[in-house]
Amino acid sequence: MTTATASTAAPARTYQDYDRPLWKRLLLTREMAIVGLLVIVAVVATMSVRGFGQPITFTYLILDVTPILLIALPMTLIMITGEIDLSVASIVGLSSVLIGVLTQAGAPFELAIVVALVAGAVAGAINGFLVTVVGLPSLAVTIGTLALYRGLAVGLLGTTAVTDFPEFWTDLAKMKLGGSNVPAVLLLFLVLLVVFVVLLHFTPFGRGIYAIGLSKSAARFSGVHVERTKLVLFVLSGTIAALAGVYYTLRFGSARGDNATGLELQVIAAVVLGGVSVFGGRGAIHGVIAGVLLIGILASALRLANVTSDVINIITGVLLVASVVSNSFLAWLRTKRRAPGGTARAKASAAG
Amino acid sequence: MTAPAQTPPPAPAIEKTAVTKRLQAVGAAREFGILLALVLVVIAATVANPNFLFSADGWRDLLLTPSILVLVAVGQAIVLITRNVDLSVGSILGLSAYLTGRLFIDIPGIPILAVFVAAIVFGGLLGLINGALVAYAKVPAMVITLGTLYAYRGINVLWTGSDRVNASDLPKDFLALGTGQVLWIPILTVIALVVLVVIGWIMKNTRGGREFYAIGSDPSAAELYGLRVTRRLLIAFVSSGALAGLAGVLYTARYGTVNSQAGSGWELDAVGAAVIGGVAITGGVGSVWGAAIGAVLLLTINRALPILGIPDFWQRAVVGVLIIGAIVLDRVLAVRQKRKLIAAREDD
Repeated sequence: MTTATASTAAPARTYQDYDRPLWKRLLLTREMAIVGLLVIVAVVATMSVRGFGQPITFTYLILDVTPILLIALPMTLIMITGEIDLSVASIVGLSSVLIGVLTQAGAPFELAIVVALVAGAVAGAINGFLVTVVGLPSLAVTIGTLALYRGLAVGLLGTTAVTDFPEFWTDLAKMKLGGSNVPAVLLLFLVLLVVFVVLLHFTPFGRGIYAIGLSKSAARFSGVHVERTKLVLFVLSGTIAALAGVYYTLRFGSARGDNATGLELQVIAAVVLGGVSVFGGRGAIHGVIAGVLLIGILASALRLANVTSDVINIITGVLLVASVVSNSFLAWLRTKRRAPGGTARAKASAAG
Repeated sequence: MTAPAQTPPPAPAIEKTAVTKRLQAVGAAREFGILLALVLVVIAATVANPNFLFSADGWRDLLLTPSILVLVAVGQAIVLITRNVDLSVGSILGLSAYLTGRLFIDIPGIPILAVFVAAIVFGGLLGLINGALVAYAKVPAMVITLGTLYAYRGINVLWTGSDRVNASDLPKDFLALGTGQVLWIPILTVIALVVLVVIGWIMKNTRGGREFYAIGSDPSAAELYGLRVTRRLLIAFVSSGALAGLAGVLYTARYGTVNSQAGSGWELDAVGAAVIGGVAITGGVGSVWGAAIGAVLLLTINRALPILGIPDFWQRAVVGVLIIGAIVLDRVLAVRQKRKLIAAREDD
């Protein structure tokens, strides 16, 4: 109908993704929508919620969301390949318990950290092995290892908790930079953030991750090491989860078997909210960071406004559903506007 | 392989009787292996402590404890077979359990049957929300039901607050359901069994039931073939929600106390039970029978471990090993089957 002219006009080859101006490509994205929402929520909260603008709120906000921020990084990469890792929270618990048990046994704390990180890597490697070598669906595998690692954690420590840690380390976890209100742990996150952004967006390995998510066999035929990439990602995910476990233990000064139970769903909710497709192949790190912070800020602001945590749960859930449904609603609108039998190019020009 | 050699040697192999064929099919079925594992666990626990099976309490617990999870796992299996997943079942169970309590408190003298119907319809409606979002918006079920997991639980906490339903608020007749027995079989188990048999029959023998499998095996092929995929998906999610609703009523009858966290974490148990029972998470494979046996195995192992001398802290680890073992086994069987089919094709 309206696109009848489009097919006759331009014989020059155009690409669906690149025939829009640069600013549109940068700004009219899922990720920027979340970033925008984050900014709006932050501004509204600062203006209307008493106490939200105080520096201390910011400090606690960062301290609270750090485990989710850390784990969200490798989770983003894994979900872009179309896989998922539900076992991360259990690895957090396992590494926390290992640190507790080793410290209790009198081992030096540095050794305990190393052991916990190695255990996390091994746990991730087991996930990766089952997914890539045995060829099982990651959802099923990591539901299994979710139970397994949590079981090991609870089994090792029972219902007791280890709370005796070197003061130097517990202070380090809560330390602030200089005289400011910025927690030192933010530095750790920023370093990892740079590593992951470079890895995902600026290396062949990262392009391979997207390729795998879009089409596994096409990726394989174009020379991407599909299995090796996935295995590396699962090991990374396990290691970072263990690191988050170390932080979690120090931050709360307590190693327990049930530490961070249910954290996996929070991480996945934030990652999906940040624009990563569960089918794989699309997503970007800045969106995910915005997603994590959005949920964190909402929770923190509502808590200050004396709204109970259940409302936060409802909002998280509704946001999650709305964010994905809006996507397919927009796609549906686009197909409505396209002429029946219109070409892909017509669709792209109509979409602008 | 595992097929029992029931055919007597002198019988000629000219024609296999219907009975032996059926026996072989039973032996080769994936569910049989899980049933065998369940029997072994029960035997081992009984040898360690005869009370596990041969006392009134032991027998009752053996049947009663899993019956609620069986219902949830059956619903989960239907959804999994269509290549979707329903993570919100735990939250639906919690909501309908609290609804059950509230109905008895707010409307004194309400017939028990009406409460059952109300909770099932309520669960079905919550399932319908999931189903509509999945089927019409064409969004992955995992994301939608993860969202509704939070939303429903949030509504539950908002509604319940720090309040909770106590056994003293509930009518005696209703609580009797939770402990009563019909011919040595607890009433709740009877309910679960009836539901299981009905749904098992539907899934195996009716056109609608087979369409779930067709959709799960290849969604686009099912669409091209002209199956009403949208309607089937809606039915799958409504069934899962309604069964979780029914499970909520039984939960209240069994435990008597309901707070805002009732049923939290059950979603992973339900998926785990279905996977242990041979329902493939990639859709199209498995049966509700398997899921039900998986649920029984899961909870029976939990109760058997302390008796076998393993501290119950290790329960979850064992459950994890079990799930991984089950999916690895399924994978091995699938690979072998594929090889056999290829060999058969080359023979022709």
